[in-house]
Amino acid sequence: MSGGEIVESFVVPVHPHTVLAPQQNEGWAKLRAAYDEAADIITNSGADLLIIYSTTWPSIIGHQIISDPNPEWVMVDHDFHDLGSINYSFNIDAEFAAMWNTENHSRGLQSRCVNYRGFPIDVGSVVALTLLNPDNKIPAVIVSSNVYADRSETTVLAKSCRDLVKKTGRKAVAITAMSLSNRMFTEHIEAKDDRIHSLKDDEWNRKILEFLKEGRLEDVGQLSRTIQQQIRVQKVVNFKPMWWLSAMNENRNDLTGEVLAYEAIHGAGCAVVHLNPTPSGAGDKEYDEDEVEVFSGERGVLDNIVSIEAEKTPTASDSGPELWDPTNAEGSVNTDAAPKPVGAYPHARRVGDLLYLSGVGPRQPGTNAIPGGPIHDGEGKSLDYDIKAQTHAVIDNISRILEEAGSSIDNVLDVTSFLIDMDRDFKGYNEVWAETLGKVGPTRTTLAIRALPTPIAVEMKVIAKV
Amino acid sequence: MAKGEIVAGCLAPHPPHLVYAENPSQNEPVAEGGWEQLRWGYERLRESLKDVDYDAIVVLSPHWQTYIGTHFLGLENFQSLSVDPIFPNLFRYHYDMNVDVELAKQIHDKAQDAGLAVKMMTNPDFRVDYGTITTGHMFRPEWDKPLVVISSNRSRAYYSVEVMQEMMMELGRVTREAIFESGKKVVVLASNSLSHRHFTTESKIPEDMSKEHITSHAMHLWDMRMIDYMKSGQCQRLIDEMPEFTEQAIAETDGGAFTWLLSTLEVPDYPAILHGYGTIIGTGNAIVEWPVYQHKGE
Ligand SMILES: [Fe+2]
Repeated sequence: MSGGEIVESFVVPVHPHTVLAPQQNEGWAKLRAAYDEAADIITNSGADLLIIYSTTWPSIIGHQIISDPNPEWVMVDHDFHDLGSINYSFNIDAEFAAMWNTENHSRGLQSRCVNYRGFPIDVGSVVALTLLNPDNKIPAVIVSSNVYADRSETTVLAKSCRDLVKKTGRKAVAITAMSLSNRMFTEHIEAKDDRIHSLKDDEWNRKILEFLKEGRLEDVGQLSRTIQQQIRVQKVVNFKPMWWLSAMNENRNDLTGEVLAYEAIHGAGCAVVHLNPTPSGAGDKEYDEDEVEVFSGERGVLDNIVSIEAEKTPTASDSGPELWDPTNAEGSVNTDAAPKPVGAYPHARRVGDLLYLSGVGPRQPGTNAIPGGPIHDGEGKSLDYDIKAQTHAVIDNISRILEEAGSSIDNVLDVTSFLIDMDRDFKGYNEVWAETLGKVGPTRTTLAIRALPTPIAVEMKVIAKV
Repeated sequence: MAKGEIVAGCLAPHPPHLVYAENPSQNEPVAEGGWEQLRWGYERLRESLKDVDYDAIVVLSPHWQTYIGTHFLGLENFQSLSVDPIFPNLFRYHYDMNVDVELAKQIHDKAQDAGLAVKMMTNPDFRVDYGTITTGHMFRPEWDKPLVVISSNRSRAYYSVEVMQEMMMELGRVTREAIFESGKKVVVLASNSLSHRHFTTESKIPEDMSKEHITSHAMHLWDMRMIDYMKSGQCQRLIDEMPEFTEQAIAETDGGAFTWLLSTLEVPDYPAILHGYGTIIGTGNAIVEWPVYQHKGE
């Protein structure tokens, strides 16, 4: 399977005028035409997934992801209800949504899937999907904007999505439904009198668009807080969509940008911007903050004691054995995308058409973190852990090693699983198995053992064909 | 026509958790209980008003957020399914409510005359916000009195708490005058929490009361201070300290409902009845009644 990628990105406006009343104002009509042009670009890109980060869907308990395969209802805007109603019936990639949710958990994010009849999909998502995907040809996912999230959390949310796009080989379009300056007129105005609320807002909007036109997405991301202070009514805590979009594009500053339209809707700065990953030659960027991979901020308010413990929880490298570089005898397969060995052995070895994998645990490549938490701390004190998260992580690691060897999880033939606590963990392990390898159908043996070399609860030994 | 009157005013918060925990037939999700102190508070409020006669309920909810002035529901009936966008796991409620359009229009017109930006909402597809529905259900689950539903003008976000207060004081004044002129007996409800810093995680069983507490001591102190003013009839101090409270306790008073309520009641100087206080995912919630009917002519 070839790696997936973000094939196009867009910034699009949220208000319903482009759907319900484009003829009433020349600017609204231009935005609508730009929306239609964006829809054509998406069709021509061969994209098979649309990912929307919507600023008009605030959430409190982490991020929420729509996972109803076919949400249908009628949307009426809270302010612009007199423009009419928008009927919607969308095609959602529920499977991708569920995987993204799991991926978020493994990166320390709070997140949940939303699949309830009648869930009110927000105006920004409804407008964007209605116009960008008119006949629902391309499945979509929609994620909320958490009111408390800052840069690290928003960035990690994008990274877990981007990883999944790669892993699942999707050709995805990343879309932020948002305004630039968001100050609207606070009184009714005639459609013909619409304009950007103030000269100051207009100047800032143009500056942002100048950056985007040069493909300098990460620069706009780094200016997010300034933009929030300058031209944003403080509806939410931060101006986040540019953090998300930039991280979706690997924080690049050399994309190819194009402003398809910039106009006012009831005073707010509204633009349709197209960003393509083709390098534009622009480039240098200033990093002002850490490159975050895993969210470790305040997410445990509910149970402070546990969260403080979790923060102090040592990784396998603190409490476990030393890590080794994998060995490299003939036929060895090794990858940076799997955790480092704890001894002198390779990740896998190929003999003829068969691949023999060394025992694989849930440790994360690079960080060595254990999704679902380690089973004990550095002093050997037992900790609560999530066997399902660990099992998922094991299977993800197996999958990465097999992909490195030019094979895939679908080619697994035989598995020997080791659990350190059969009574506690068999059920959860077995559930994850059923959803994943169980569908592939390898033979399996599950053993209970006293311990594994790192503080993990599950390990698998795999034989696969190439 | 006899002069209309406000028989009572209440602070009646709307966390959907209360409806969820009570398991009414209209709500899809089912709980095994929880947040009883607040639900008992609502019971006491209903009991307290059970012999008080009134024609309509006027409610201002922070979850119908409008940036272009203040809006009023303008059709006789709304029915649909309300799914909470924040807690869809807890609140999917089938509502059927009647609106006192006549009274809504009277308040609307007076507000317009006073120079406030206003609009009637007459789109039949409009979904009533879950704040209004939760407060409506907890206050009067029979749904047998028509409501006037007023949106929350987000002037706090656009300007400041001070500007918001000025606008809501004015909206409260015209609400009162319109009620008096209508000849109707009315209860007015502000649907908001006090301190409003949420947890950002939810326990496995949302109604697990061993996990419920105020998010921080500072929030607790602020809530107690405001409740003290209510109990001791010092509503002017509530108004005076509202900007500081709203900012420091991230209070849901930012939606203007509480200021509007106090203005509608002419900033009472008699003690309110505290029916209950409790936290919901860390936010502070008080159920408070100003028994205007007991203070007639004072
Ligand atoms: Fe609320």
